[in-house]
Amino acid sequence: MLRVHGLACDRGDRRLFSAVDFSLAPGEWLQVEGANGAGKTSLLRMLAGLAPSADGHIEWDGQPVSDVRDEFHARLLYLGHAPAIKEDLSALENLQTAAAVAGRPLDEATALAALRRIGLKGREDLPARVLSQGQKRRVALARLLCSQARLWILDEPFVALDVAAVSLLCSILDEHLSRGGLLIFTSHQAVQLGGIGNTLRLGPDPDASRPRPTIAEVPA
Amino acid sequence: MSQRLVNWFKFASPASFYPLAGKMWPWFAAIGTVLAAAGLWISFFVAPTDFQQGEGYRIIFIHVPASWMSMFIYCVMAFWAAIGITFNTRLSGMMSSALAPTGALFAFLSLWTGALWGKPMWGAWWVWDARLTSELILFFLYIGYIALTAAIDDPRRADKAGAIISLVGVVNVPIIYFSVKWWNTLHQGASVSLTKAPSMAATMLWGMLIMALAFWMYSIAIALYRVRAIILERERHTTWVAELPEMQR
Amino acid sequence: MNAFIAIVRRDLLLAARRKSEVLTALFFFMIVVSLFPLGIGPETAMLRRIAPGVLWVAALLAAMLSLNRLFAADHQDGTLEQMSLSPTPLALLVSGKVLAHWLTSGLPLVLLAPVLGLQFDLSPRALGVLMVSLLLGTPVLSLVGAIGAALTLGVRGGGVLLSLLVLPLYIPALIFGAGAVEADVAGLGAGGHLSLLGALLALGVFFAPWAATAALRIALE
Repeated sequence: MLRVHGLACDRGDRRLFSAVDFSLAPGEWLQVEGANGAGKTSLLRMLAGLAPSADGHIEWDGQPVSDVRDEFHARLLYLGHAPAIKEDLSALENLQTAAAVAGRPLDEATALAALRRIGLKGREDLPARVLSQGQKRRVALARLLCSQARLWILDEPFVALDVAAVSLLCSILDEHLSRGGLLIFTSHQAVQLGGIGNTLRLGPDPDASRPRPTIAEVPA
Repeated sequence: MSQRLVNWFKFASPASFYPLAGKMWPWFAAIGTVLAAAGLWISFFVAPTDFQQGEGYRIIFIHVPASWMSMFIYCVMAFWAAIGITFNTRLSGMMSSALAPTGALFAFLSLWTGALWGKPMWGAWWVWDARLTSELILFFLYIGYIALTAAIDDPRRADKAGAIISLVGVVNVPIIYFSVKWWNTLHQGASVSLTKAPSMAATMLWGMLIMALAFWMYSIAIALYRVRAIILERERHTTWVAELPEMQR
Repeated sequence: MNAFIAIVRRDLLLAARRKSEVLTALFFFMIVVSLFPLGIGPETAMLRRIAPGVLWVAALLAAMLSLNRLFAADHQDGTLEQMSLSPTPLALLVSGKVLAHWLTSGLPLVLLAPVLGLQFDLSPRALGVLMVSLLLGTPVLSLVGAIGAALTLGVRGGGVLLSLLVLPLYIPALIFGAGAVEADVAGLGAGGHLSLLGALLALGVFFAPWAATAALRIALE
C-alpha cells in the first residue's frame, strides 16, 4: 500500500537522514524512533506530503504520491506535533470543525460519542482553553475515533497522556489495524500493538560532516 | 532542440554558472565603463544647451536611463522569479536577489536626480508628478523585496517568498502606474514632463541611449559579480566550492 | 464547499469569542479619523476636502492592524497543516479565511465610516459613495493583505515587514476609493472610480488566494 524508497531529508546544510526504505501493507504498523533532532517529525511530515523530500520517492497503491495527492489526502489522517486545537472553541466544536475541514463532516451525536469514549464526558462544551494538556491531546485523539482514513500518521500520540489514556489509545490503534488500516507513529516508549509491526531507527550521524545512511530496518 | 535545452539547464546549476559569470563580468564592466565615458562626454560637451531649460536639463542623461533601468530590472527580477517557480532552479532565486540592490539603487538615483532636476524647473525639490510618484512606489517595492528576503533565514525559503512578492509586485506595477497617472491628471499636477523635453535634439537622444546602454552593462556586470558572491556563500559546504582555485589559499 | 463554509463559520465564531480584537481595530479607526481635525483645524470647507483621503487612509491602517493574526494562530496551533491536508483545495480554504477576515474587519469599517464622515460634514450623497467605495475596496485590502500575511508568517519582525510589503500594493485601492468620494464631492460623478475599484476587486478575488496559498506552502515546508 505505502512504499517508501531512498527517502532523504536535509536541514540547512546538514543531511538529517537518507536512504529510508520501508513498505507498509494493510494491518501493519511502523514505529519511528530516534534521538531528539534525528528527523522523526520531518520524516512524518514528508510522508504526509507536508514537506518536500531531498531525495527518494513515496508510493501509494503503486503510484507516486505526487500524482495521486488528492486521493492520498482523502485516505490520510495526520496528527502533528501541534494538536490543531482552537483554545476558544469547545471540544465538540473543535472536533466538528476539524472533521468538516478534512472533508468529512460529523453529526453531533457521533462527535459526542467519540468525545465520551475518549474520556471527555461532561467537558464537551467547555472551551479548550480550560482543559489540561492531556485533555487537549484527547480532543485531538477523538478525531481518530471518527476517522475513516486508511493511513494514520501520528506524531508522538502518547505524549501527555495518563496510563488509562495510553491503554485506550492502544486499543483504538489496534482496532484501526484490525480493520486493515495502516499506522505510522513516533514514540520514545515501547508500545505493544497487534498485527505486524516494524521499528525504524533514525540514528545519530557518527560523522556529522560526512552524511551517510545510518538507517536500519528492524522487524519486530 | 532538446540538445539546446540541455545546454541551457547546464548553466542553471550554480557550479557551472559560477566560472561562466566570472569570465563574463569583467567584459560587461569594461564595455559599461567605455559607454559611460562616451555617454557623459556627449551629455556634457556635445549636446546643445536647451534654450528653455538651460544647462540644468543635462541631468536627464542620468535621470531618464536610471528610471528605465529601475523599471526594467524589476521586470527581470519577476522573470527570474517565474523561472524559479516553474522549474525550481536554485540559480534564478540567486539572480533575483543579486538584481534587487541594483534596481533599488537605480530607483533611488532616479528619485534623487528627479529632485535635483525639479528644483530649478519647478522650484520645488519634490513634485507629485505621476512618474516620480510611481518611481517612489517602485522604490518601496524594492525595499519590501529586500527586507522580506533578508528577514528569512533559510535561503531557499527566502528565494521562494521573494519570487512571490516580486510577481505580485510586477502585476501591480502597471496598475499602480496608471492609477497614479489618473490621480495626477485629476489633481492637475505638474504638466512638465521629463522625457517630453521640447524639441529633443538627436544628440540628446543619442546621449540618453548610450547612457542607458552603459547602465545596462553596469547592471549585468554587478549582478554577475554579486551572484558569484551569493553562490559562494550558499554553496560553501559543497565539494566543488572547496576545490575552486581561489579557495585553496 | 462544505469545508469552505466550515472555515468561514469557525473564524467568525472565533472572532465572536474574541470580540476585543475586532473592537480594537474599530476604535483605532475612529481615533485616527478624529485626530485629523484636531491636527489640521476645524474649518468645514477644509475638512470636507480632506475627508475622503483621511477616512480611506485610516481604513487602510485599521485593516492592516488585523492582518497579522490572519494566519499566525492557525500556523502556530497546527490548523494550517490540517487545512493543507484537506481534500478541499487550500486556495478555497484561504478564500474562506479572507472572507471571514473581511466580515470581521472590513465590513465594520464600511458600516462605521458614514458616522465618522459626519464629523467632516460630508453630504449624505457623498457618505453613500464613501460606503460603496469602502464596500468595494476593503475586500481588496483583505485579499492583498492575505498575501503579505502569508509571506511574513513566522518571519522575524513580521508585523513591520507586513506593512512595508502591503502598503505600496494598497495604493491603487486608496486612489480609486478616495478618488470616488472626491469626484462625487466635486460633482464629477464617481462611476468611473467605482468601476475601476470593482475591477481591482475582481482581479484580487481571482489571483490573491492563489498567491497567498503559494506563500503559505512556503511557510509550511
